[in-house]
Amino acid sequence: MSATGIGAAVRRKEDIRFITGRGQYTDDIVRPGAARAVFVRSPHARARIRHIDVSAARNMPGVVDVLTGEQLAADKIGNLICGWMIHSKDGSPMKMAPHPALAAETVNFVGDPVAVVIAATVAQARDAAEKVKVDYDVLPAVIDPAKAKSGPQIHAVAPRNTIYEWALGDPKAVDAAFAAAKHVTRLDLVNNRLIPNAIEPRAALAEYDAGTDRLTLWNTSQNPHVARLVISAFVGLAPEHKLRVIAPDVGGGFGSKIFIYPEEVVCLWAARRLRRPVKWTAERSESFLTDAHGRDHVTHAELALDEHGKILALRVRTIANLGAYMSTFSSSVPTYLYATLMSGQYDIPHIYCEVDAVYTNTVPVDAYRGAGRPEATFVVERLVEVAAREMGIDPADLRKRNFIRSFPHQTPVIMTYDAGDYHASLRKAMELADVKGFNKRKRESARRGKLRGLGYSTYIEACGIAPSRAVGSLGCGVGLWESAEVRVNPTGTVEVLTGTHAHGQGHETTFAQLVSERLGIPIENVSVVHGDTDKVQFGMGTYGSRSAAVGMSALVKAIDKVIDKARKVAAHMLEASEGDIEFKDGKFTVAGTDKSAAWGDVALNAYIAHKFAGQDLEPGLKETAFYDPTNFTFPAGCHICEVEVDPETGRTEIVSWTAVDDFGTVVNPMIVEGQVHGGIAQGVGQALLEGAVYDNNGQLVTGSLMDYTMPRAYDLPSFKVGLTETKSPSNPLGIKGCGEAGAIAAPAAVINAITDAIGSEDVSMPATAATVWAALQRAQPARRAAA
Amino acid sequence: MPVVSMTVNGKPVSAEIEARTLLVQFLRENLRLTGTHVGCDTSQCGACVVHLDGIAVKSCTTLALQCEGAHVTTIEGLADPDGPLHPMQEAFREHHALQCGFCTPGMIMAALDIVRRRGNDLDERTIRDELDGNICRCTGYHNIVKAIAAGAKAMAKGGPMRQAAE
Repeated sequence: MSATGIGAAVRRKEDIRFITGRGQYTDDIVRPGAARAVFVRSPHARARIRHIDVSAARNMPGVVDVLTGEQLAADKIGNLICGWMIHSKDGSPMKMAPHPALAAETVNFVGDPVAVVIAATVAQARDAAEKVKVDYDVLPAVIDPAKAKSGPQIHAVAPRNTIYEWALGDPKAVDAAFAAAKHVTRLDLVNNRLIPNAIEPRAALAEYDAGTDRLTLWNTSQNPHVARLVISAFVGLAPEHKLRVIAPDVGGGFGSKIFIYPEEVVCLWAARRLRRPVKWTAERSESFLTDAHGRDHVTHAELALDEHGKILALRVRTIANLGAYMSTFSSSVPTYLYATLMSGQYDIPHIYCEVDAVYTNTVPVDAYRGAGRPEATFVVERLVEVAAREMGIDPADLRKRNFIRSFPHQTPVIMTYDAGDYHASLRKAMELADVKGFNKRKRESARRGKLRGLGYSTYIEACGIAPSRAVGSLGCGVGLWESAEVRVNPTGTVEVLTGTHAHGQGHETTFAQLVSERLGIPIENVSVVHGDTDKVQFGMGTYGSRSAAVGMSALVKAIDKVIDKARKVAAHMLEASEGDIEFKDGKFTVAGTDKSAAWGDVALNAYIAHKFAGQDLEPGLKETAFYDPTNFTFPAGCHICEVEVDPETGRTEIVSWTAVDDFGTVVNPMIVEGQVHGGIAQGVGQALLEGAVYDNNGQLVTGSLMDYTMPRAYDLPSFKVGLTETKSPSNPLGIKGCGEAGAIAAPAAVINAITDAIGSEDVSMPATAATVWAALQRAQPARRAAA
Repeated sequence: MPVVSMTVNGKPVSAEIEARTLLVQFLRENLRLTGTHVGCDTSQCGACVVHLDGIAVKSCTTLALQCEGAHVTTIEGLADPDGPLHPMQEAFREHHALQCGFCTPGMIMAALDIVRRRGNDLDERTIRDELDGNICRCTGYHNIVKAIAAGAKAMAKGGPMRQAAE
């Protein structure tokens, strides 16, 4: 391993601009003459729009125009879409309601945009927005997903507010297994609605060049090419070749910046209509109302076991709240990204998972770090932990009795796990966490009046999104391969153009590490380019922990092609046959001789092309590759959370966190650990602090950072992070991916620890002090009896 | 409209602005110093932290007019463009204390203020408590805490010149 190659903890190249305040985020970008947009949004969860009067607003100082949904429709701008078709059990397609970028007839959630004010300054736009008069007929709203099916019908296409009623697995086999079970564990679980809150709010800056009839959009997007495709092919704003989408520096995404939102559509439309660049940046409380929310499942789950604790079957029924409209990937999250992980790390012969997705008058819900896998892991790992307690079996032992031991392993829920060693990660985590010493620590905590608990989460997930044929057969409208172009310059430096996008993941460093190692050139000589549809050929962007597994695999293929071509050039230069040329450490050598050519000379020769005739070898040294994975990848691991609960207040302190993950090949361990830390923090946030709350009228009560609790440094411990490794057999580098694992594993570990500490399972997320204290009070009679 | 004059990163600046202009807007839009970021609208996130006469303030909750005659230091003013990085900046890079970078300028400016108030020998508990006003969504804080401890120590080695930038 070289100092800058695969496996090295190389310090990040991109840091320089961020630590000196020279990042270029969308709101930082200034275009001459740009006007500012402020949206007028519905204050009602559900209403019919009777009339919009923009006359007063139009006359306010600095206002360029005020535009409404009626004008959007008249200009034939199409609706936003969900790109993954899901069918119900009866074969009927999902009920996708029309979603215009500006509501014209009805509004369906508090925050639904109805008009946009374009003015010279933000302050002027805001002042004018207050003068837009919208006459609403307020309608009864549907808020609670558990009651959505019996509420007033929100969309004409969806009776009983039902989007789909989907299922996966064999219900008869599951029923039979349950009938024969010696023990059944039953849980009712809520996976609480979360608000992503990347620290950079979403923003869009659109500009129209009348001379070339081209639109340019700077946007906080995780996937500029996908945005361009959707805006072109579905929204119909402009053909792809006349639309450039640039995602510059983006301040965090976590999924929320995957989707195509109304705001960028409206900015593009307005910029062309008004012949002036239009910029919009969300205010944080606006982000709360407009960024896709995450999670929001209500689940009943049952686990059937034999007398030895061997799992026989799993049965799950979930109501998934998708909000007021179907967001871009929303349908896939509670189905193919959820039910397919219900086997966990365990050999479960029979599984049946039913998911009903419903509309409610709330912010649309879509993928958020983990996207379906945190929900699945929470179900499985809570069931297993509770089953262990109910049966009097040590929770680590119960897991070991059920771990999958041989690979490949076909689960009953589509996924075939290809490589793993769950015993290894559990063992290592238990050592690192000093589980043996727990009882002693528990007694010590008790002496200080504290309740100490320990919780496991042995998670697995499916990422490296995704093999195109597989997801296509499951209803996905796009392929999920990735592209890479490697341009060697005449002076030997290299540019990598990748269809992935970095919004914190460090690709400018990790992708360069791969090139540096494979080509034997200094890492300073490698640049990584992403995020601009004019520069980079089509790519699918970054989410689903795919950039290394899929993006770097494309890069490896392109590098191989470059080396192949360079070898041919070297052969001409060294007057040898291609088969005799060896390439090592940046040098081409004729085997068995000391005749060699350095990388830089070969590159120059490729472009000068004096040494070879154009007939047998084209000039230049640049190669492209598209890579389609053969399978998902399956990172897995064991997280162990240890807590102290103060019984007087219910307050939980996480006193130790141990994570042992198997990510296959690790390119940069420093960056991988950082991803684990960040994921754990979001998982802890879900478990202890965060939760979107709606009142009965559909007002988002937790509508700002005042009321929605984001994890701070004092909410978290330092983390003990370790790795085990079983390489993924489904990509050339053996990479599994690591971006979401922490968020997937963590919530179950926290709740398992708290419930262990207080001796009651009756704890919901977020397990705030009030929640835990109340659970302790309810458990009092039982605790007194046990004492 | 009123005129405000102040010194930003050592340079005198003056502009006619609306009275309601926030310091962060003045910095970002009038002065095009976009290193200071806006991450929220309730003063919680800390992405906007700058130094006002040597003390950390949230520029989203400070009116530009309040800074009349004052010295403001932003992230851009911590190091000469052609010179070495400030030891706190170095520490953030060395310890991978940033991912997307959006909270980072405010985090670094807040870190310097922690050193000013609590000294160069900072323990984990102190740092975590002192970061109450700075939210990061990417890093989980683990490496930020390490970086701040290391940066604080490195600042002590450098002597008085390397203390919190004025």
